[in-house]
Amino acid sequence: MNIMDQVNSLLPGFLTADGFAGVADEAAGIVFLIMLATTIIGGIIACNSKRLVRAVTGLALCFVGVAAIYYYLNSPFVAMMQMLIYVGAVCITIAFAIMLAAPEDKVKPGPSGPLSGPLGLITAGLATIGMIGLAVKTVFPVMPKINMGSVQLIGVKLLTNYSMVFELVSIVLLIAILGSLVIARHGRSK
Amino acid sequence: MSLLNLHNDLNTYLVLAAILFGMGIYGLVTRKTLVGMLIASELVLVASSINIMAFNRFTAPDPSIGQIFALFIMAIAAAEAAIGLSITIAVYRNYKSVDIEDIVDLQG
Repeated sequence: MNIMDQVNSLLPGFLTADGFAGVADEAAGIVFLIMLATTIIGGIIACNSKRLVRAVTGLALCFVGVAAIYYYLNSPFVAMMQMLIYVGAVCITIAFAIMLAAPEDKVKPGPSGPLSGPLGLITAGLATIGMIGLAVKTVFPVMPKINMGSVQLIGVKLLTNYSMVFELVSIVLLIAILGSLVIARHGRSK
Repeated sequence: MSLLNLHNDLNTYLVLAAILFGMGIYGLVTRKTLVGMLIASELVLVASSINIMAFNRFTAPDPSIGQIFALFIMAIAAAEAAIGLSITIAVYRNYKSVDIEDIVDLQG
């Protein structure tokens, strides 16, 4: 009996190496469930709340949960970009647009069209149930991994295999931002 | 399959993405303002992104390609949000309203 076995036999169950791994797995599962609930609750707030400011807050909450889900999908870099771009940029931009151009007292009460209310709920429910049924029933072929998808590999591939797409996306972003400035500025002196 | 082991299952992520997609569709058909519809369309985009990342983690041989694709989706989503919001502001300046029922100039 070596020294490690003696130490392990003295410790309570969850402090040994195997026991600690088990506790860590359980903790990861619990955090995942919390983040799943965060995502869904945020989504419900984002699509259901009457006031748009609350909807944007729900959207930010939903995006934080989605970032955690990317983390569970072995992609910490994408999780960080999700926090930076969606929570940090898109939600703030939408909040600015609400402050600039969404006077909520001017919106007429009442339904917004033939699909609002229960019919809209049925439409969305049918789409959701159909997609869940397809996803659960289909058997997807699993291929063996050829690498681990590390951040270093993402950087190398962005600058070698996908450098053309990378540059094109940069140009699309530049043109989009310039175009949005032009559209929003047009007729400002009125 | 226990509840604490859900994060190792592909179906969890697919079901979550389907739920987010349904919420986005519901928001798109029920919202009365342009900004509300834009918020709902962000939910649809994020649902597609979760789907790609889930298949990337569980079935694809090279997990870095899906992450690169998700990054491109984020860039396109940011561009879409910027243009959509500037159109909203331009519409508000011309019509003094962002209610979709007031913007009917092209209605036949």
